[in-house]
Amino acid sequence: MATLRDEIYPIRSSDDIVKVRQITREWALMQTFSLVDQTKIVTAASELARNTLEHGRGGEVRIQALQEGPRRGLRLTFTDQGPGIPDLAKALQDGFTTGNGMGLGLSGSKRLMNDFDIQSEVGKGTTVMIARWK
Amino acid sequence: MEKRTKLAEIVGSQQDTILKDWVDFQLNAITLRRDLMKESELREQSREFLNLFTQAAQTGSDVGEATWKPVKDFLGQITRSRVLLGFPPSETATFIFSLKQPLFDVIRAAVKDPKDLVTDMWTTTTLLDKIGLYVMELHQQNREEVIHRQQEELLELSTPVVQLFENILALPLIGTLDSARTQVVMENLLQRIVETGATISIIDITGVPTVDTLVAQHLLKTVAAARLMGADCIISGIRPQIAQTIVHLGVDLSEVTTKATLADAFMIALQRTGATVTKSAASKTKG
Repeated sequence: MATLRDEIYPIRSSDDIVKVRQITREWALMQTFSLVDQTKIVTAASELARNTLEHGRGGEVRIQALQEGPRRGLRLTFTDQGPGIPDLAKALQDGFTTGNGMGLGLSGSKRLMNDFDIQSEVGKGTTVMIARWK
Repeated sequence: MEKRTKLAEIVGSQQDTILKDWVDFQLNAITLRRDLMKESELREQSREFLNLFTQAAQTGSDVGEATWKPVKDFLGQITRSRVLLGFPPSETATFIFSLKQPLFDVIRAAVKDPKDLVTDMWTTTTLLDKIGLYVMELHQQNREEVIHRQQEELLELSTPVVQLFENILALPLIGTLDSARTQVVMENLLQRIVETGATISIIDITGVPTVDTLVAQHLLKTVAAARLMGADCIISGIRPQIAQTIVHLGVDLSEVTTKATLADAFMIALQRTGATVTKSAASKTKG
């Protein structure tokens, strides 16, 4: 698997979430994703960036443009050093929220993407990796 | 103290020479923007600043003291005007830093003892550095004010509520829907519902690039609030890609009437309010 481009952006304020959306859209366009796929990736990125900021007290996102044979893909890895998630199964349930949101961000992002992986340790932080292939 | 008054004395006695050299230096600087400022204006600003500088220097070289306030006020004035004219920060800083050379020239000519010369040079350069930094800070502050004002203007501009027909309002949303904007949008809409007695409002999201769970939640809250005021909402401008994304996210919009285009939503709204649209006989015959 070849990495075509690899960059890291901070998520420290709500302005950064807007920036993550813009960058993700730009990269999805670069990887020639269809409009529907672009929208799905950008929406998932928006959800997870907001989680990183609100639940993880800020962090960063690593964006990678990938190529595997004829397939092109986009992978985003969100990392924070926040409080971590005690019960991952519960966090992935539709409608479960510890904040004021709808409780659909994490589970919804999983449905919007092809690959989804979450690692979390209480007191250490959370890493969420998502990828979509065309 | 004696050293400081000496600086003031030298500058005071040779003001004309310094002014001439300084203005020449600024006119030859690569950062000069002749398109933004006239030479006469630059000359006038330089003369005024040098006057105030000389007066303040007589009292000491601590720019924090009250005696330097006229200099600071004057710098505030010219920096503000320069920011509004679109000057780059380097140009504003050059105004101060370019004074160094002409000042050093006269000091070098006037002070013979090498030790005194070094001390005077040091005092002068520290003083001008401080003023230069002050100008940069002012420049930055003024820019931030401009940005802040534009943000507020944008917030106002981007949330118009328009009346389409009797009892029908439309709210075309454009751009990112964060919490602050949603608040403004909601307030505007509810206010207009009261003013017009509208029974239906159409929220058009054609211009909203991303509809994630937060945006969806904000929309649902706005709809719920409008309903409490006695107005039904229709959400229009749901593009195919947004529809698919909303379904995958698992957001339930079934409580709300949704339409693909504002035109469709308007037709529904007309029906509900009992109005009909018909083509005139003339256009029918034309086909």
